[in-house]
Amino acid sequence: MAKITTKNLNLWYGTFHALKNINSGIEANRITAIIGPSGCGKSTLLRVFNRMNDLIDGVRTNGEVLIDGMNILNGSKDLVTLRKKVGMVFQRPNPFPLSIYENIVFGEKIHGERIRRDKLDEIVKESLESVLLWDELKDKLDKPALSLSLEQKQRLCIARLIAVKPDILLMDEPCSTLDPQATARIEELMRELKDNYTIIIVTHNMQQAARVSDNTGFMLLGELVEFGKTENIFTAPSDKRTEDYITGRYG
Amino acid sequence: MERHVDQELKELNKDILKMGAFAEEAIYKSIEALKNRDKEMAKKIIENDDKIDELELLIDEKCIDLIARYQPMAKDLRFITTGMKLNNELERIADIAMDIAQRTLEIIDKPLLKPLIDIPKLSEIAQNMVKMAIDAFVRSDIQLAKKVLLSDPDADKLRNLIQKELVEDYMVKDGSTAPRAVQLLLIARFLERICDHATNIAEDVIYMVQAEVVRHHPEKLKDGK
Repeated sequence: MAKITTKNLNLWYGTFHALKNINSGIEANRITAIIGPSGCGKSTLLRVFNRMNDLIDGVRTNGEVLIDGMNILNGSKDLVTLRKKVGMVFQRPNPFPLSIYENIVFGEKIHGERIRRDKLDEIVKESLESVLLWDELKDKLDKPALSLSLEQKQRLCIARLIAVKPDILLMDEPCSTLDPQATARIEELMRELKDNYTIIIVTHNMQQAARVSDNTGFMLLGELVEFGKTENIFTAPSDKRTEDYITGRYG
Repeated sequence: MERHVDQELKELNKDILKMGAFAEEAIYKSIEALKNRDKEMAKKIIENDDKIDELELLIDEKCIDLIARYQPMAKDLRFITTGMKLNNELERIADIAMDIAQRTLEIIDKPLLKPLIDIPKLSEIAQNMVKMAIDAFVRSDIQLAKKVLLSDPDADKLRNLIQKELVEDYMVKDGSTAPRAVQLLLIARFLERICDHATNIAEDVIYMVQAEVVRHHPEKLKDGK
């Protein structure tokens, strides 16, 4: 069974039909890339998965989005629990203006009950280890997170998510502000993380989608035009619109 | 929308066609040299091989350069990788034509063993297959590529016939004919190898056009596939 299934998913911003009848199955422990031109709906789709679109006035959805078989569009779903299970990394790393340590335990403090210091220490260590930052930062945990490099900040944001033990990581252009080397290291991290998480990445960088993902979806004008194994999408797409986009003929 | 890479792909296409023309010419002339006992022509084929090798290197370089600079995807990627493979196949064909010319030079001063009928016939099949394979590439024509694949058994049959005749009617009956018969045997074998390379080109063209690998999967060539 797919980790996330969308069935006839539609979304409107007021009268603008942003997602049109999306049907997809996102596999667990895989990296799924969503590509497409600006305004095609890929970030909107990503934000459906943790209901971030709810923050925007006039948003209307219908259809179903099942995570582990549960429809998250059902209004009664507890959003705090949902967003703990489905974490999100943004284009620009956005650590809180707190210490490195406080950034990581922030979510745990909100979601959890009172937790003992040694337990929190353990969470910080594990989370930083899983984003390969522990060795670099273990002696600087009380330093402000805002003093880190862009790449370290982005890793820290991923560590902050991991600290609350989500199942799914949503990544919206996570490398767009990073240089090629930092990008390569974040991609390497994604490959490490996929054994334990289901990762969905929205990216403008097709080479990145080709390099890092197992499955790829191509979106255009709100439609999911094609969804399949990354190797097939980039060597032999079945839809001409996908072909035109990935070979740079679109537009 | 015309992209910058389109111009470079057109140039690559032109170079591959040039390579195809060289290969076709080399096969044609190698058999003409044999039929007409034309020593000069045979030598010329051997000399020309350097020019073909140079073009092969140039095409390979262009393909690698295109991949590095444009990171092509989908049909662009299939076109460039197919172009690289065609380039190698065509260079091999030209090499084989050179082998035929070398065998020809070995027997050119000796009396003809027999009138040449089947070898020119086999050569015609080989030339036709190479021509069809290149045309299939130029026109992205799957049907023509399949026709090439279907011609290959004819070439195998004719090669076996030539082999049987040379061995049974000449080499077994009169051992002194062996030195000339062996050269003709080799030439027949070379022509059949050219047909195999044409078959490889046709299979690559099918992959390029419809992204389906038919190499080593003859069942995919049945009607309707």
